[in-house]
This record gives sequence, C-alpha cells and structure tokens, in this order.
Amino acid sequence: MRALAWRHAAAVLITAFAVLPIVFVVSAALNPIGTLSSTNLVPRGAGFGNLSRLVEETHFWTWYRNSIVVSGLTAALAVAVSALSAYAFSRFRFPGRRAGLVSLLVIQAFPQFLAIVPLYVIFSAISDNWPAFGLNSVWGVVLLYIGGQVGVNTWLIKGFFDSIPRELDDAMRIDGCTHTQAFLRVVLPLAAPVLAISGLLVFIATINEFLIASVFLTGDDARTLAVGLFGLLADQRNANFGMFAVGTLLTAIPTVLVFQFLQRYIVHGLTAGAVKG
Amino acid sequence: MTMLQTPARRRRAGTGAPPPRTRNWPGSASGVAGRVLALGLILGIAVWAAVPLVSSGAWTGVAITAVATGIALYAYLSPRRLPAKYLLPTTFLLVAFQVFPVLYTMSLALTNIGDGHLGSKQEAITAIETSSVRREAGSAEFRLTVAERDGALVFLLADPATRATYAGTPDGLRPLDGAVPGPGGRIAAADGYTVLTGAQAAARSAEITALTVPVDGGAIRSQGLTRAYQGKAVLAYDAGCDCVTGEGRIWRSDETQGRFVAADGHALPQGWQVGVGLANLTAALTNPKINAHFAGVFAWNLVYAVGVVVLTAALGVAAALVLHHRRMRGVRAYRTLIVLPYAMPAFAMLLVWRDMFNTDFGLINRLLGLHTDWLGTPLTARLSVLLVQLWLGFPYMFLVATGALQTIPDEYLEAAEVDGASPWQRFRQVTLPLLLLALAPLLVSSFAFNFNNFNGVFLVTSGGPFPSDNPTVGATDLLITYTFRLAFGQQGAEYGLAAAMSIYVYLIVAVISIIGFRRTRAFKEVT
Repeated sequence: MRALAWRHAAAVLITAFAVLPIVFVVSAALNPIGTLSSTNLVPRGAGFGNLSRLVEETHFWTWYRNSIVVSGLTAALAVAVSALSAYAFSRFRFPGRRAGLVSLLVIQAFPQFLAIVPLYVIFSAISDNWPAFGLNSVWGVVLLYIGGQVGVNTWLIKGFFDSIPRELDDAMRIDGCTHTQAFLRVVLPLAAPVLAISGLLVFIATINEFLIASVFLTGDDARTLAVGLFGLLADQRNANFGMFAVGTLLTAIPTVLVFQFLQRYIVHGLTAGAVKG
Repeated sequence: MTMLQTPARRRRAGTGAPPPRTRNWPGSASGVAGRVLALGLILGIAVWAAVPLVSSGAWTGVAITAVATGIALYAYLSPRRLPAKYLLPTTFLLVAFQVFPVLYTMSLALTNIGDGHLGSKQEAITAIETSSVRREAGSAEFRLTVAERDGALVFLLADPATRATYAGTPDGLRPLDGAVPGPGGRIAAADGYTVLTGAQAAARSAEITALTVPVDGGAIRSQGLTRAYQGKAVLAYDAGCDCVTGEGRIWRSDETQGRFVAADGHALPQGWQVGVGLANLTAALTNPKINAHFAGVFAWNLVYAVGVVVLTAALGVAAALVLHHRRMRGVRAYRTLIVLPYAMPAFAMLLVWRDMFNTDFGLINRLLGLHTDWLGTPLTARLSVLLVQLWLGFPYMFLVATGALQTIPDEYLEAAEVDGASPWQRFRQVTLPLLLLALAPLLVSSFAFNFNNFNGVFLVTSGGPFPSDNPTVGATDLLITYTFRLAFGQQGAEYGLAAAMSIYVYLIVAVISIIGFRRTRAFKEVT
C-alpha cells in the first residue's frame, strides 16, 4: 500500500508540472479582463470576451485556415513523396543507392531557415514569374516545407519498409503484379504506422514553424497562426494575452484531432523518433 | 557493415527479381495509360512553367526548365529506370529547396554581402551620387503629386515654368502625357496612376522623403508632400581615377573592401559586394572579437542540447516507471494529462512560458510571491530555457518509454527475482538497458533537434540576457540564434559572416547526424 502511495504522489507532481501551464492558458482565455497581469491560475470570472475580440479584431479564421491548409498539405505531400523515394531505396539496388542515402542524410541536416536569405532571393524570382507559388502564397511555402521534410522522412519510412519482408512483394510480382501494384497494395498498407507517424510529425513541425512563415507570409490573407498570434503579443503583450490564450487553445484542436485520427496506427511507429519545440 | 549486401541480394540488383516482362511493357494497358498520363502532366507543367520565363526573357530559367523536363520524360517514359521513377519528386524538391540554398549560402560566405554591401559597384555609385544631392540657389522646382503604380511610389511632377509634366521613379524621369491639371499647378490625376490622398501620403512620408529620382548631374527629391526640387549631387564618380570626388576630398575605390576610402581612412557608407575568399570562414576561428563568442556559445549550445536530452529522458522514464504497476489506479487519466503538453502548439506555449517568467506580471513570481527577473540574469535564464524545453519534450519520452516498458517480458524480471536480484538490481540490470535500447534513436534525434532549437531559445529569451557592453551575444544564445542575429540583427546585417557561421553549424550537425545514424543502426542490429 505504501508503495502505491508514493507512486500516486509522484504521479500527481509530474501531472501538475505538465498541466499547470495549460491551466494558466485556459484561465487566461476565460479571464474577462483579458490581460496578462490580471490572469491567475484560477479564473476570477469566465466569459467569452476574448474569443469574440479575437474573431472580430483579427483575421483569426484566415490564419487558422492557412495553418490547416499549409500543415495538412505539407504533411500529406511530404509523406507521399518520401514514401516513393523510400520504396526505391528499400527495394531496388541501383548504382548510387548508397551515395544517395548518405547524401540525403547530410543534406537534410542543414536547417532550412539558415538559408533564409538565399530562399528569399529564390522566392522573389518565383514571385516574378509564378505569383501563385511566390511570396505571400501558402503554396510556395508548402513546396518549401516539403523540400525541408522529404530527407528525414525518406529515412524514417525506408527503415520501416526494410522491416517488411521482401518475399511479400516478390510473391505479388510472381503473381503478375507490377512494381507499382506491389508498392500500392502490399508495402503501403503494411507501412501504415510509419506513414501515420511521419504525417503527424510533419504536421506538428509545420503548424509550429514560425521563422520561415514570418518572412514569407506577411500579408494579412497569407499569415499562419504562428505568425498571426506572435503578432498579437508583439503589438500589445499585456493587453492581448487573453486573445492569445484563446488562439493557443484553438490551435491545439487540429493537432489533437490529427493525433486521435492517427492514433490507432501510431502505437508501433512511436519509437521511430520524434522531437518537438 | 550494415550496408553490405548478401550475394543473393546483389543478384537481384537493378530492377529487382526479373519481372514477367509481358505484364510490364508494352502489353499492360494500365502501363500505357500511366505513361500517357505522365507525358501529359509533365508537358503541361513544363509549358505552364516556361511561358512566364520566356515572356520575361529569363533564358537561364528556360534552360533549367527544359533540362528538368527532359530528365522527367526520360525517367517516366522509359520502361526501365524504375528507381528514378520513384526518386525524381524527392530529388527535384531537395535540389530546389535544400541543395541550391545550401550552395548559395556557401557562395555568400565567400563575399562581404551585408548592409552597405548589397549590390554592384554601379549601384553603389548611383546611391552615393543621389544621396549626396543638395539643394542649391536657383535649382529647378516642381509641383509634386504623390501617386502609386503597382504598389510602388511615383512622383507626378509639373514644372510651373514650362508646364511640362513628368513621372519620376527611382529608375529615372519620363515625360508624362495626359495628366489632368489640378489646383495650385499640381497634377490631379493621370492614367494608370493612383493618386494618394493627403492622409495616405502622410502615412508614407518616410518612403516619400527617401525617394530620389536620378537625373543628369543630380536628382529630384521631395520637399514636403506638394513640392519637389532638382538638386545637384555634391559627390561625383570619376571613371578616370576610379574615385569619388566632392567636398574637396577624394575617396578612392578599394576593390578588396568593396568601398570608396579616403586617404584618412574615412569610407563612404555605400559599398558593393566583393569576394573576400575565406576571410569570413577564418574570422569565425581567428578573429578574437568573434571566436571568443563562438567558443562560449558553442559550449552552452552543447550543455543545452545534452541537458535537454538528459532531463526529458529522465523525467519521461521516471513518469513511465511510476505508472507502470499492476495495481496502480487511474493510470489512463494520468497518462492523458501528462501527454497534454505534446498536443499544445509549441510556438505559443514558448511565448506563454516567456510571459509566466515575466518579472512584473508573470505567474511564477506571483505564485511564489517573488520579484525575480528570471530571464534577466544568465544563470536563471539558462535554467528557465531548460525548464521550458523539459516541459515541452518530456511527454514524448514518456509515451515512448511507456510503450517500451510494456514490451519487456515479465519473464525477464521474474527470472531475475528468482536469482535473488533486489528491485534496484532488477531495474538497473534488466529494465534500464532494455529501455535505453528502445529510446536510443529518439535520444539521438532529440539531441540533433535541440542542438538547433531556434524557437526554444529565441521565443523565450531571444538569446538574452545580453551583457551591457556587448549586445551581440547573449547568455542563452545557441549557435543558430547567434547566427540569426548576425544576419538580421540591429547591428547591421552581415550576411557573409552569418553564412560562414551557418556552414560551421551545418558541419557540426551533419557530423552529429552521421554518428547518430551509425549508432542507431548498430543499436537496431542488437535487437
């Protein structure tokens, strides 16, 4: 009995550490005064004033839509493209395979935003010719994010593909299937866990990306949540805190939904590696 | 060792085990349809991409498009080149958005590009001459109307003496036809231009003051919002001596610095971009002003990355162990709550933490009844960013550790118990090694991530606190935030030096990734 008691004590402490900042955010979101200085752990009143201010005074729903579109497209496309190249690296033996894998590892180690000056130059040129993919366009940023994600995800997915017995797709091919069919009907369905994990990680990384978005998406119609919410605090750090807190909570919803949606696939894929920040 | 292929695998090299050819090409209807579709798609994209390039005369771009199209057609229309079919999208994306920017960054590292060294020498000369424009007695005057075309400001100018009208931009002065005269001799409207209202013009007065319209021997500048004058350039470039003269002085061109320098060492602020060879790369190591920071920042960067990994793993594993007991109740509720931080948007929670540390309004000070400036002293600021990242990172470690604990067979622990191992020994000798094995890949990727955790530091402390005598490097600066400030900071952008620093950061991270990859491969083979 004593053993269980200290376990509960420790669990409560850890849970408190995990939850207290979130309680603070909830309290700030409900706080009728809506300022940082008047927010406590326990809200002194509750109201939806912050929510209505957020919706009325800012382009919040536009930011929200942009974030979902950017993160969702990036996640889906990056995983699709990475799965293709992972299949080639896992199943074919061709000249340059090993060199390709190593260079993939080396190339993806470069943090994309360190090259923000060259990227800006590239996208200025793109803006001149194809404005739909240029600066202030979510499509351009999606392409850029995919480029930054395919390297690491190819590795992640390839590792999982390697663990799927080749005999399975060989059997399919003996039955008369093409490579494409073996890929689509055998390998991809079996790899669902790692595809779900990759998708979730890309989604979370993209919805949290701040720096590139803040340089590339500056127009009111193009901002993402990260840029828009950051701007709220930059303008009026104390006064806008309640609005910011509401925005934070609403931003958590898509992540939780994606997580819930992918959860059944995830159990196996979790150890594949993930970090957050 | 891991990459070596068995002879059996080697025999399957190329397109894999020999497929039944008849099914593949050209008999298969779906195969043909797929190729037609690919052909249409590739050509469609190519044409769409090429049209604006051709119309703007960007022939390099046209050539690149043509080569890329050729490669795509070669890969997708041939029945062979199977790997290429799967690899091309990744390759194109990586080359465009990862490889090219990296190479570009490296080429910038070999120049002095930055504030005052952005353009060509000719642009620098134009900038020097137009910015030296002074008004002189008897210089021409214009009535000014500020207008806009395609978002750029334009001066609509009316000459009261000759009644001629002009449109002036930073590119120069052009005659303007069809201007509608308005009150006071000013232009009221003109085709293709949007005239700014007084309020709009007032809001953009800084831009209007900065706009200079170059003309022979001087430039036209605004004076207030309704008048402009043509002034004379005080400084002039003389191609004969390759120097700038004026105000009784001579600034000679210095091609190694990319500036005009006078005999007494005074340099004009407008310079141009020149190659500096390896100077930026060596400066990071040898320039005492920079390398002292570099070493300090690097050391803290290592402490930060290792610290975050150790702390998050320790707390995550501890939480998993605490909940891992057959008779423990409420495990599901605990788990859901502990994982919650992972669901919150990290960028926003970093800002929330920053405000919880706030001296005056912050929650932490109010809960503890203190008035501590947590982010204001080096030690507390460093502990704060570690604590914040611990909060963000440990739930994931907890999830993985929980999963790993459940896969450890009870038999191992029972066998150890039978052998007389104490609980501590069972943990130390059985559970912990197996846990670490499962966590190893995550620990490596967590280290690589946190080594460059820009948001984790920048959004909380912006790299600060900064010593009062040196605003360029703060106590919590990571290499990446330090580099970022070099490039975009208040001190004047030094893109060249920043690019050199990014190359070092890149090398370090690449080495870590390769080592980490080897380690995790080794770990996987053990299991």
